[in-house]
Amino acid sequence: MSLAEALPIGLLGALLGLDVVSFPQAMISRPIVAATLAGAFIGNPPAGLLIGVVLEMIALDTLPFGASRYPEWGSASVVGGSLFAAQAPSMPGALPATLLAALLTASISGWSMVVLRRTIALRLERVRDRLEDGSRDSLLSLHLTGMSLDLLRGALVTITAMLIFSPLVRAIVAVWGSESAASRAVVVVIAAIVAGGALWKVFHSVRHILWFFLAGLLVWSATLVMNQ
Amino acid sequence: MYFRLFALQGSWNYETLLGTGIGFVMEPALRLLPGGIKGEAYRSALARESRYFNAHPYLAGVAVGALTRAELDGVDPVRIERFRTALAGPLGSVGDRLVWASWLPFCSLVAIGVYGAGGSALSVVGTFLLLYNAGHFLLRAWGLRIGLSRGLNVASALGNPVLRQGPDYIGRAAALMGGVALPLGLQRIAGPGRALAGGIIGAALIGILLLARLRERAEGWRIALGVLAVFVLYSVLT
Repeated sequence: MSLAEALPIGLLGALLGLDVVSFPQAMISRPIVAATLAGAFIGNPPAGLLIGVVLEMIALDTLPFGASRYPEWGSASVVGGSLFAAQAPSMPGALPATLLAALLTASISGWSMVVLRRTIALRLERVRDRLEDGSRDSLLSLHLTGMSLDLLRGALVTITAMLIFSPLVRAIVAVWGSESAASRAVVVVIAAIVAGGALWKVFHSVRHILWFFLAGLLVWSATLVMNQ
Repeated sequence: MYFRLFALQGSWNYETLLGTGIGFVMEPALRLLPGGIKGEAYRSALARESRYFNAHPYLAGVAVGALTRAELDGVDPVRIERFRTALAGPLGSVGDRLVWASWLPFCSLVAIGVYGAGGSALSVVGTFLLLYNAGHFLLRAWGLRIGLSRGLNVASALGNPVLRQGPDYIGRAAALMGGVALPLGLQRIAGPGRALAGGIIGAALIGILLLARLRERAEGWRIALGVLAVFVLYSVLT
């Protein structure tokens, strides 16, 4: 993938990366949305949706509580959605290899958010006296600079990840040795475990929660029987 | 101010957290203070409101509204400072429970359920965005309105039943939805063919039990990353 090809995807990654924290936090950065948009951008929305759902299940494990460190899913989902949508659907290694690329991107992008927050804090130190004097210009400048840097961060992460992972995923898929069903099954099991564990982590303190989950499973089983 | 609320966290940092964002959102209203943007009242209010503050971003509107009303009413700055300190904790914990730990997972699971039921890309994304943002936009608007109308007496609004009991009800709905949506979604991802279905269900149940026991001690997504890396390496080398 050339830089010119990565640039439009980088722009999408920048916009969706901005949504994670800075603006407007409408959750267009959630994997189920961002990866689907990226897939549509490449011309294959169903592929983007498929990896978006897998990433969404994994993302349930990392909710964006305050100052905690968490993976950044917006840009990472754009990378995952674009890479998977560009693969031939019959290739057995496409989903695991792309998922790995997206998870690595999410991890690195989460670290880039920490760097951004420290950078804003450094800029804040430089204008602290003026802020204490009630300078409107300093406040607006600090705020808009923070948002611009976040936009730039998302673009850089997405473009860099696309340039690295696009040839890497293609190479992995080309030499993939595991069979198709097993490859898909591993991804499904991983997503199921992380999503199930995440739900328990988030809701275990709610009374009778297990019964509600089991009731849901019962509904699913009923639909399964009825459809057979 | 409502539209600026969506950019509240633009300068989020480890020193003042949301503080400068609160100043940024309140700034247009503070221009109404005597003397306008050149006046001493404006400058001291802007400086005061840009200091350290923390809250859930969707509920920060409660603080923004209440503080704006207090500044415009000329409340004693010492009282405003005390109010800011007292309000920060509850707005953070209530918002985290209601939004991050309830509403967001619930909406995700609904969208996964729509996918599992055979929904198209547009219907899955549309369902998620409409459902989630109905709650999101309303919560921001409610917070700002209640803050502006009640001023420093806004604390009682945090006793609203939706904020207090909402997380429990939404949590139960999410668990019910999880029981339906997760297997449906996974079924569609796995594709046709039931040869591996038993193995998948068994491995998933064992994994969930192990992860549930580890709870706070392990991050599921990191384990997923490690396991996936090993599997990819194995598949490349064989």
